[in-house]
Amino acid sequence: MADQYLDTVEKGLALHPAQASTSAAQVDALFWVLVAVCAALVLTLVGLVIWFSVRYRAGSDRPRPGGIPDKLGHRIELGGAAGLTIAFIALFAWAGSLYLYLYRDPGGDLLTINVIAKQWMWKLQHPNGAREINTLHVPTGQRVRLRITSQDVIHSLYIPAFRLKRDAVPRLYTTAWFEATEPGEYHLFCAEYCGTDHSRMRGKVVVMTPQDYADWAQENGEGESPARAGERLFTAYGCSGCHRGDGTVRAPRLDGIAGRPVVLASGGTVIADGAYLRDSILLPQKHVVAGYEPVMPSYQGQIGEDEILQIVTYLQSLSPGDWITESGG
Amino acid sequence: MSEPETHYLNDGWTLRSWLLTTDHKRIAWMYFATITAFFFIGGLAALLVRLELLTPAGDMVDSDTYNKLFSAHGIVMVWFFLVPSIPATMGNFLLPLMLGARDLAFPKLNLLSWYIFTLGGLFTMTAVIAGGVDTGWTFYTPYSTLFSNSAVVLAASGVFVVGFSSILTGLNFIVTTHKMRAPGLTWMRLPLFCWANYATSLIMVLATPVLSMALLLIVLERALGIGIFDPELGGDPLLFQHLFWFYSHPAVYIMILPGMGVVSEIITCFARRPIFGYTGMVISIMAIALFGFIVWGHHMFVAGQSLYAGILFSFFTFLVAVPSAIKTLNWTATLYGGRIRFTAPMIYALSFLGLFTIGGLTGVILASLAVDIHLHDTYFVTAHFHYIMVGGMVTAYLGGLHFWWPKITGKLYSGPWSIVAALALFIGFNLTFFPQFLLGFLGMPRRYHAYPEEFQLLHVMSTLGAGVLAVGYLLPMVYFGWSLWRGKPAGDNPWDATGLEWRTTSPPPKHNFVDTPTVTGRPYDYV
Repeated sequence: MADQYLDTVEKGLALHPAQASTSAAQVDALFWVLVAVCAALVLTLVGLVIWFSVRYRAGSDRPRPGGIPDKLGHRIELGGAAGLTIAFIALFAWAGSLYLYLYRDPGGDLLTINVIAKQWMWKLQHPNGAREINTLHVPTGQRVRLRITSQDVIHSLYIPAFRLKRDAVPRLYTTAWFEATEPGEYHLFCAEYCGTDHSRMRGKVVVMTPQDYADWAQENGEGESPARAGERLFTAYGCSGCHRGDGTVRAPRLDGIAGRPVVLASGGTVIADGAYLRDSILLPQKHVVAGYEPVMPSYQGQIGEDEILQIVTYLQSLSPGDWITESGG
Repeated sequence: MSEPETHYLNDGWTLRSWLLTTDHKRIAWMYFATITAFFFIGGLAALLVRLELLTPAGDMVDSDTYNKLFSAHGIVMVWFFLVPSIPATMGNFLLPLMLGARDLAFPKLNLLSWYIFTLGGLFTMTAVIAGGVDTGWTFYTPYSTLFSNSAVVLAASGVFVVGFSSILTGLNFIVTTHKMRAPGLTWMRLPLFCWANYATSLIMVLATPVLSMALLLIVLERALGIGIFDPELGGDPLLFQHLFWFYSHPAVYIMILPGMGVVSEIITCFARRPIFGYTGMVISIMAIALFGFIVWGHHMFVAGQSLYAGILFSFFTFLVAVPSAIKTLNWTATLYGGRIRFTAPMIYALSFLGLFTIGGLTGVILASLAVDIHLHDTYFVTAHFHYIMVGGMVTAYLGGLHFWWPKITGKLYSGPWSIVAALALFIGFNLTFFPQFLLGFLGMPRRYHAYPEEFQLLHVMSTLGAGVLAVGYLLPMVYFGWSLWRGKPAGDNPWDATGLEWRTTSPPPKHNFVDTPTVTGRPYDYV
């Protein structure tokens, strides 16, 4: 059933990249305005150079003006500088505001797909547990969030048809969002040089109608969701022994901690983002929470990158007091 | 016209008289020879890269070799050609002449700079011979510190060493410009070439130490396992990018400001007009040098740095384009009412004007945050910086070489052939790099050994253009060689140019001037 999308893959010489997300047209509009402004400036300059070159060539006996008077010259320079500055600030404001809209996580309960990059493949996991490698199935008409990290070097997830790119940085969890519009197949590239097979770290994005996506997810969604798996791992690795229930005299409770400020024993405060949670699992001595002894052992070498991401996903799915409610207290 | 009987070139013929010379003009020649060799090594690597990209499959060399080729191309071209190109050769030769001085302030230090440069070059060449380095010229961590199996430490050491050569040259130029100007040569009477080299020197002295430190940290992490960038050891991989670009963005201006200086000299001479808006030009040069230090984060818009940092870096990047735009406006306005002669240097200078403008304005497109998300790390970026580095700096370098060749050697070269070479460069350059803008917009990532089929036609166009470009590079070797051997004597001032360097003989005597010249007016006293 996914096969019906295969024949729409980009082929032949394109002169314009496919537009397959809501942001593609917005980015292109800005791009073409920028190109038009730049082309106008270049053509003006080249036009003047050619005009002066012909008119004032050494062989021409046309009378020469005595040069531009100083005062007028200063006006031309300052006028040019002021005009360009105003134009540039306008373009900056347009590009910056669009960036804020596109780059900032919209928040809310989006379809969130976990992405782990490694030399040289993309490993993806959908909320219903479906896993895939180098292929990303997504529905149209719905905002999708990617939660991206890397388990080795820096990579960069690039989907030209969505005008979307985000570096996959080890330790960090970056997010990106898009809303696909056109069913079909599109390139998925690694855009940050990552070693031998960088140019083969490619895949495809399959954009499907919501119904087809639901069917696809149903067929492939085996096992647990990442959050559910994280909850299981949280117990299996023994985290819950100290961080949940009666153990919390030795360690801080973790329900609802994600995204909130944490006061440290060293006096500072950090926001408990994905990188903080990950560090706390692998390098527990790095940020010791105020009021607790540095007794937690490191899990370095004992836990996989995908498992860490599942635990982080689980912790980020919790709200303050979740554990109290479920234990009936 | 005849040559002077004694000059710096016939003052001793032994190898020792060259290798132990403290004459800035001879040291300039030693740099010419060394960087020309590096240019052709870097060019050969580029040629192999372009040949591989003729077909979508990676079939000419294997992926590791391809990665080493583009890394060698970048490392050699940036640190062993572009950074030293104009300052170490023409700057070295001309700065004392233009200032009316007998030599640079510290002649022995100048010689030491060349030895350090050559030593750094040997390190890097050893790295290439010892199997190559595959990190790209950017050495991004943690790839460079933990994952690469290539000669990273050797290559980074080479770049580390060569940095000291930059710092010492910069120091020498700054002191010379401050202390050794001829009587009457006030700051606002300095030729723009001197201003450009002065600003470049400031950047070299202030920015290079940060690069040296970053490279040292790479070596420490790689060799000793100290956790600085490696997240497994609690390090931060993005820290390296901040340190690297804190040097390497200002270094972009090291690689363009001297070219701006050269072009200012050429355009005034062949338009027979004083430069339009001298004061504005000086302010622009210094503003570019200053603003260059606060835009490094525009290399990291999608790297995971803070959203608001991205906004600020974008804003400053737009602003740094303004002084550059003023300079192009002023060069154009200088042509107004002139008597323009289309010699080879002038064709190079006008090519620079057009290509640099395209390079600069595509930089503005890349500074536009939302668009950069799409274009970052694609061929659009490759095309953009080649328009600045090659279309700008290499064109200016060749222009300057053609302009001052008669002064440096005392000989003339073929007028028609040099015009052919200048036009081949302009045409070949555009054929090579314009298609890369299209490739980037279509989504073709950089540093790809193999690529999807729909990009092939544009890659073929680019590679064919590189063939024309190669003619533009090789032809000058032929007629310059002929000129050295059989060229007619040039006379002191064949272009009828102003500037103190033209007031002495060609080639100049060992100590530049028989009598110390005095300056009574502003530069570019044409008409």
